[in-house]
This record gives sequence, structure tokens and C-alpha cells, in this order.
Amino acid sequence: MKTRDVWIVPTGTANTASVIAGIERIGLRARMIERPKEALSAGYLVLPGVGALAAAMQRLQRDDMVSVLQDRIRADLPTLAICLGLQLLCQGSEESPGLPALGVVDGVVIKYPSSVRVPQLGWNLVQPDSTCHMIQTGYAYFANSYRLTSAPGGWSAAYSDYAGKFVAALEKGRVLACQFHPELSGLWGQQLITRWLGDEAILGERTC
Amino acid sequence: MLTHRIIPCLDVNDGRVVKGINFSGLKDAGDPAELAESYQNQGADEIVLLDVSATPQGRSTQLDCVRRVRRRLAIPLTVGGGVRRVENAEALLEAGADKISVNTAAVEDPGLLQEMAARFGSQCTVLALDAARFPDRDGFEVVVLSGRKRTGMDALDWAEKATRLGSGEILLTSWDRDGTKAGYDIDLIRGVSERTSVPIIASGGAATPEHMQIAIQAGADAVLAASIFHYAESTVQQIKAALLHKGIEVRP
Repeated sequence: MKTRDVWIVPTGTANTASVIAGIERIGLRARMIERPKEALSAGYLVLPGVGALAAAMQRLQRDDMVSVLQDRIRADLPTLAICLGLQLLCQGSEESPGLPALGVVDGVVIKYPSSVRVPQLGWNLVQPDSTCHMIQTGYAYFANSYRLTSAPGGWSAAYSDYAGKFVAALEKGRVLACQFHPELSGLWGQQLITRWLGDEAILGERTC
Repeated sequence: MLTHRIIPCLDVNDGRVVKGINFSGLKDAGDPAELAESYQNQGADEIVLLDVSATPQGRSTQLDCVRRVRRRLAIPLTVGGGVRRVENAEALLEAGADKISVNTAAVEDPGLLQEMAARFGSQCTVLALDAARFPDRDGFEVVVLSGRKRTGMDALDWAEKATRLGSGEILLTSWDRDGTKAGYDIDLIRGVSERTSVPIIASGGAATPEHMQIAIQAGADAVLAASIFHYAESTVQQIKAALLHKGIEVRP
């Protein structure tokens, strides 16, 4: 499989057009996953998502994507989870108590308190801890009502502040999970996606 | 800390950006994709694209317009105008919108907001609330059909109901102030802000950074403007520099 292809998991209602446009602006080709095995063999995989966690989990179960995604992330294959995508990696959400999500990130997402306007919509400052390789300091666009309040063990984290500190992104090896939308975060977001892709994708694109 | 958004608005008629007072006497202001990209480069935090085409022929260009804007835009894009059904919203999302605003159709059928929120999420479901002061008493009423029809419906009650139904943001336009450059209607912003808990985009009447500062202090999370940007009276950068100077947090 050519490295210039970036594969996208259909989660139902995600704004995939924005994700596709973001990938194409970098000069790569975006393709939609149709069969589960493609998600395991894909050089690069994006798990996007907006809206309700329960609906997205149902869709992943229907498409037999659950174990494939779990295996892929445990194998540290290049994977980018966006917004609800990050929450899908967790154990679950306060939004749907008792419903297990993918469970590869040890944590449960909870709703913002009523002391702030919900959803959080807009640009917030992201600050990575010293162990992050991909995420740099900058402003990112968020559209979320739920968040992780502390980083799980084994992951490097970046933080933002909205009703207190929350996890803006997680990274481990080649897996990057963003609570914000890198595809909507201007040049800063585009550069983050490029770092996630790594040199081989960009080089591959030039030689193809 | 979450910053306050500065949002240029593109009113699109038959595929061209237009500007006019209360949508009458429209003047051509340019190509939507070119303008959107230039605002993005100036530091715009989001773009709102409202289709004001009066005819079905004009509206048929809307999806193509959204696709063209999306290709160039790496910031959020909110699209509205003529959304009557969930299927319209879905087509716009597939073309590249990130958020969908509904106005008249939601007033006629509030269930549309509920349906959109269930399908696409609250963060995607924007209530476009056009309001004007009651002619004969205190308070604000909802106006629809691009200002052509006053409904007599209380705007604050409607804002509260719409957010209960699933609207995750309110694009709040003062029909009295739109196009006047007299500043946003602060009473309207304060009223809706007190009655709801979702983000509010103030719209209608902005001419200066002071207007934006006052709106933000009254409870707006974001401020929208059109003509000051289209006629290059100010750039987004200039507005942001002035707001930063006044102690308002914006994305540099």
C-alpha cells in the first residue's frame, strides 16, 4: 500500500470533508475505509468523529472495526484520532454510562461543568508536556462538550484550560489523539498532521 | 484559556459575495473562496457563509460554493441559508461545512433542531436567531425570511427553547442594527446570554473594535462582521491587535 494514501474510518456523522480537504492540502490522497482489514494494513489511519459517542460506537461495531482498531493502536501503527475519535479510544464517557468504548486509553471522559458555556467552541492554547514529540505549543480549534481531565499512564499529553486543565491531546509512538480538530486549526494544525505523517509520507508523495 | 473568535461573514447571492443594508440594495463584494482564504490569512478564526439567494437557481450553486471554500479553508466553516430539512444539512456537511445554521425552518419546525442535534451533534447545530425590538413594548421578537416577516415570538424564550432542543451555538443578529454600523445590540446579547448556556456569536452593526469589545463584555463569545472586512475598512489583524490592547483574549 502506497504511503501517500491516508485512510479514514467512517464513524457516521464526522465532518470527513474537512479531514479529506486537510489531507489533500498536504498533497496526500484521502480514502475511505470500506473493509475492516484495510484499517489494519493502512499506512496511515484517521479516526474522526463528531456528535454522540454511542452512535459512533454502534457504527464501529456494525462495521466490525472494534478489534481491528484496538489491535492497530496496540501495535503502534500510525493513527490519528480526532475529537470524538480521542473519546472513542477511552474506556467510556459520562455521556453513555456503562457503554464500553475502545478502551485503549485508560480514562473516562466527563462533561464540562455549567460554570462555562458548553460546548466549548473556539480556539484554545495547547501546551505539550516535555515528553511530546509531535505536539507543539499553539492555538487549536475545539468543538467539544466532554473531555479527559487527566492523562492516562503511558501517554505523553498536551493540555488546555477550560473550566480547569484538560487533556487537549495524547501521543505515544505513532499514535496521536487530539481533542481538538487539527484539520481546522490553520497552519499550526496542518504542521501537526505533517509531523504525525512523518518524513516517509512526504518523501513518498514526492517520488510517486 | 478559550479565546474570543473574530468571524467574517460572507453573504452569498448566486455564488457571489454581496453586502447591503438589510439585504436590500445588494452590492457585489467578490468571490467567496478568494475572500474566505484572504480572511483566513488575515487571522480569521472561522468563516460564516450565508446563502441569501432568493431563487432556487441561485441556491443550487450553494453546494459547489461550499466545496470551493472548503478546499482552501483550514479553519471552521459555518454554513446557513435555505436549510429546511436534515437532508439539506447533511449535503452541506458532505460538501465541507463544519457547522450548519438554521433560521426560518427552525421557527416553523423546532423539531428540526432536535433532529439535527441527534444526527450531527449539538456542536454542529447552530441556531441563527434574527431579532428586532418589539415596535410597541420592551423586549425582542424573532424575525424570519431574511427580515421580511416579524413573528411576534419572544426572542429570548426562543433562544432558551432552541438550546434545550439541542442547538449548541446561537448566531444572534440584531435586525435593527444590521448594516447600520451603530454597534451590536448590547441588550439583546445580554438577554440571550443570561437565558442560555451555549456560545453566542454577536452579529449586526459592527464597525469598530470598540463595538466588539462591548459585545464580548456583554456576554458574546464570538463577534461576526461583514462589511468592515469586505470593504477593507479593517483587517482581521487590525481588529485583533486593537482587542488584545484592550485586554480581550484573541488568538494572535
